[in-house]
Amino acid sequence: MNIFKKTILTVLASLFVIGNVYADKIKIGTEGAYPPWNSKDASGNLIGFEVELAQELCAIMKHECIIVEQDWDGMIPALLMRKFDAIMAGMSITAERQKTITFSQGYADEVASLAVMKGSSLVGMDTPEGINLSLGGSDVKKALKTLTGALAGKTVCTQTGTIHQNFLESGDVGSVNVRTYKTQDEVNLDLTSGRCDVALAAAVAFTDYADKSGEAVTLVGPTFSGGAFGNGVGVGIRQGGDDAIGKRDAKLLKDFNKAINTARKKGIISKLAIKHFGFDASM
Amino acid sequence: MDFDLMFTSFPKLLGATVVTLKLLSASLFFGLIIGLLFAILRLNKNIFINKFAYGYSYLFRGTPLLVQIFIIYFGLGQIEYLRSSFLWVILKEPYWCAIIAFTLNTGAYTSEILRSAFQTIKPGIIEAGKSLGISNKIIFYKIQIPIAIRQSLPAYGNEIILMMKGTSLASTVTLMDLTGVAKYIISTTFKPIEVFIVAGGIYLFMTFIIHNFIKYLEKKYSFSQ
Repeated sequence: MNIFKKTILTVLASLFVIGNVYADKIKIGTEGAYPPWNSKDASGNLIGFEVELAQELCAIMKHECIIVEQDWDGMIPALLMRKFDAIMAGMSITAERQKTITFSQGYADEVASLAVMKGSSLVGMDTPEGINLSLGGSDVKKALKTLTGALAGKTVCTQTGTIHQNFLESGDVGSVNVRTYKTQDEVNLDLTSGRCDVALAAAVAFTDYADKSGEAVTLVGPTFSGGAFGNGVGVGIRQGGDDAIGKRDAKLLKDFNKAINTARKKGIISKLAIKHFGFDASM
Repeated sequence: MDFDLMFTSFPKLLGATVVTLKLLSASLFFGLIIGLLFAILRLNKNIFINKFAYGYSYLFRGTPLLVQIFIIYFGLGQIEYLRSSFLWVILKEPYWCAIIAFTLNTGAYTSEILRSAFQTIKPGIIEAGKSLGISNKIIFYKIQIPIAIRQSLPAYGNEIILMMKGTSLASTVTLMDLTGVAKYIISTTFKPIEVFIVAGGIYLFMTFIIHNFIKYLEKKYSFSQ
């Protein structure tokens, strides 16, 4: 019985020690399931553009960081519950999210696109190469009208709680039959199985999947930016406040902004973007 | 605590409860048929039939429901042969995939519940029937099955409640059941505690109804009347 008690005490004590050691490190949350932004290698280590960028930013801030994994649908709630201090998970800066959290300046931007399997009736849709929803204009209107017609009656799949879901539910392309998934992997699986007629995500998420799986996934229609698609991807941080933690969060925001500036000037962000995306997605 | 959100999300969650109840009732209905069938097969003296029935219940009771639903939904969807067969009409729909997974799962548990109920029937009751000249078939349908169902009521009530909670996994295959809609509301409001409390309350209320219904049946068909 004595040994039993001792073991429990030791375990409890070690928990407290670990808690203290980690307290002054910056914890950064990422999804680990959205390549090439962030993903995991075969042995479960977090890899990808944002994981490397986070390490660079922390080196510039001269602060020790820990990168932790968090499911996408619980990302913002977990930040608010202080499970970590910052989000770097391909999260676009949108007005809707800014009601709840705050963002650093953007570090990278990347267009969204629809994807289908080869042979779909949507291939060869007559739309401009890319549309910026913030700009508006007759071209954008015409493209949205074409898309409304093309997507009518189709099952469009996307990841839950993303800018892509917001766009599909915004009414810009009529009332679409949207199906949402927990991860992008699942969207890709159901696109190949044929349960989804069309899918919407970051264009690189599809090209990356097509490359790795060899499946005949092709991008169709225009690439999207602006409007519901937000203003680039930034570091998500809790809104500052007057208490000690609030002040720490406000300082963290400043530090991240400075570090992003430095990294951009040194060309670190461009270099990492080219390495992971195949083109310069930095901003 | 955002009480406004709790009030505004309640009607949406209640609407989603209809999907949950549909999934539950469909899988319980088909599951009971499968369960009864396999319970009878388990009592068969033929070793192959017996082992086959045991294998089914072992497989579905021995693996997590989440794994089963993933294999049926994402796994079968990857097999090209199935995708070009007539079965794809059913397997294409997340709704039917969920019902198939839930049915097979509850069917396995139900078969075990009914089998043990059959085995607890006292031989004297059957012998009494035989000595009255009642045929084996009628003994089975009019004596054994009713007694077995009554015997298994408490355990089966538990199974209904477990299955009701199990339907929350339907949200993992894109279905907008109670849990699915709760997650959807959270994805736009970022307030999990409020929404899950309301959803949890609705689950609790359903458990309350099921529990009391089973209790009522137990009393109504009690042996000591």
